[in-house]
Amino acid sequence: MSEIPLTHILFVSTALFFIGMYGLFTRRNMITMLMAVELMLNSVNINFVAFNKYLFPENLDGVFFTIFIITIAAAEAAVAIAIIINLYRSHHSIDVEDATEMKW
Amino acid sequence: MLNDFFILMKFELLPAVIFFVLLFIKVGTAELSNASIIRLANILLFINLVAGFFYNKDGGMFGDMFHTNALIVLQKSILNLGIFIVSLQAEAWLRTHKHVIEFYLLLLSSLMGMFFMISGANLLMFYLGLELATIPLAALANFDLEKRKSSEAAMKLIMSSAFSSGLLLFGISLMYGTTGTLGFAQLPALLNGSNLQVFAFVLLFAGFAFKISVVPFHLWTADVYEGAPVPVTSFLSVVSKGAFIFVFASVLYTVFKPLADTWYHMLFLLSVLTMVIGNLFALRQQNIKRMLAFSSIAQMGFILIGISGSSQAGTASAVYFVLVYVFTNLAAFGVVALVSAQTGKEDITDYKGFHATNPVLAWVLAIALFSLAGVPPTAGFFGKFFLIMAGAAKQNYWLITIAALNMIVSLYYYLNLVKALFMDANASPVPKITFGVYAKLAIVICIAGMVLSGLASVVYEYIYNLSTGF
Repeated sequence: MSEIPLTHILFVSTALFFIGMYGLFTRRNMITMLMAVELMLNSVNINFVAFNKYLFPENLDGVFFTIFIITIAAAEAAVAIAIIINLYRSHHSIDVEDATEMKW
Repeated sequence: MLNDFFILMKFELLPAVIFFVLLFIKVGTAELSNASIIRLANILLFINLVAGFFYNKDGGMFGDMFHTNALIVLQKSILNLGIFIVSLQAEAWLRTHKHVIEFYLLLLSSLMGMFFMISGANLLMFYLGLELATIPLAALANFDLEKRKSSEAAMKLIMSSAFSSGLLLFGISLMYGTTGTLGFAQLPALLNGSNLQVFAFVLLFAGFAFKISVVPFHLWTADVYEGAPVPVTSFLSVVSKGAFIFVFASVLYTVFKPLADTWYHMLFLLSVLTMVIGNLFALRQQNIKRMLAFSSIAQMGFILIGISGSSQAGTASAVYFVLVYVFTNLAAFGVVALVSAQTGKEDITDYKGFHATNPVLAWVLAIALFSLAGVPPTAGFFGKFFLIMAGAAKQNYWLITIAALNMIVSLYYYLNLVKALFMDANASPVPKITFGVYAKLAIVICIAGMVLSGLASVVYEYIYNLSTGF
């Protein structure tokens, strides 16, 4: 079985990153926006693991970094969801278009 | 060895100890009143500030993940001073709040994150510190749970900071892919300016620019400042931004030194944009917190000029300006916090005739505004002067001219507020504000700092001798 070249994996991760960015900019539901951000962070994880395995297999910097990113992404999502729940209590909606009291 | 551990990590360990003391009080059975908790927290933060000045040592730990030196100690002490003043000013708002201890817990964990970030000598350590510094801030922005604006501000902060850390991380991952290392010591030798590395650097730069709200990435700033409780706003605008500026300057000067040509042009473009747009938007604000938010965006543009000088004076002027900015901006936000806590008024028109009822606070606010505008006897003038001098060393006089013109524009909206304070008549001015010993102490520290750090040249010379450039 021939090995998958690194460029294929980088293509997937970069595509995932920009899909996440596109989702963040176009979606109006806060939970979906949060999912889009997670997509961006996961693309970074793929990058790290791929670089680590293909280019620098002698030490595990990239893999460790990935573990920390997963942990912090969970913490960030927890705080974000707490904020969204609190926002839902006062606005009765999780659509960002409804939370636009402050502008300019 | 163990001794070294405690001395080198003193700045990180002390907030951790205070954190646990307060946490045990929270989970314990003792029912302490708000007043005694605030007194205890302020005393502990004061000890934290004073302890920073003794027994310091240079060195690294954890396989070069963590390093500290005299300049880093100074930077951390500036942040300690900032958090102490913020805590003094928060008293008026916290006095009747249900969750006093949580406020301090979040504040301290954010401070700890900033310290780890400043001391980090590895991209992993730096990223962990950065997240520890920003996630509690989002929770803090939502601290007035029942206010609609507060939760909107927190939502905007967490979404934009998650997005910016996504950009930053993608940059870090590409940097890792091209160099194979994450250590600040090994990176410079491996940077060769290839296209992929420049792309990675641009992403990293964008992540930083989000945190210090440089113009194309500033959109969250004004909304978060307006919605968050005033003490949190002052913490965000002074302590958090100060920490990111310290890291930004040192990372650009040491790690990304081989890409200096690239980042000089980026800094040039962004500082012009930041100053012009920050000032133009500040002109049209009606809410005083929003006006101060846009003015702080404009000040970031001046700091970028200083950093672009890439000399010893570049670092020194940026650190000095942050010190001055701590006193100046906290004086302004201190007055705004008192007025907001007691009357709920935050519009510029509410401040008309403020001098008639509150002469002391009006003078404090006026001195702070003059310092922000950069009028000579105050420290703000010297701060801007050194920044522009450092930038002028590159002999890019277009940049300096634009900066000088922007200072004139900024004078308009600062003086407009001063005019409202002293000259405009108002049928129903803000009633007489009473303020306690904490707020008095904060005001005295800020005024003394604004006057002395400008007039005493030893301050700048001390910072200059600690700084490095190339």
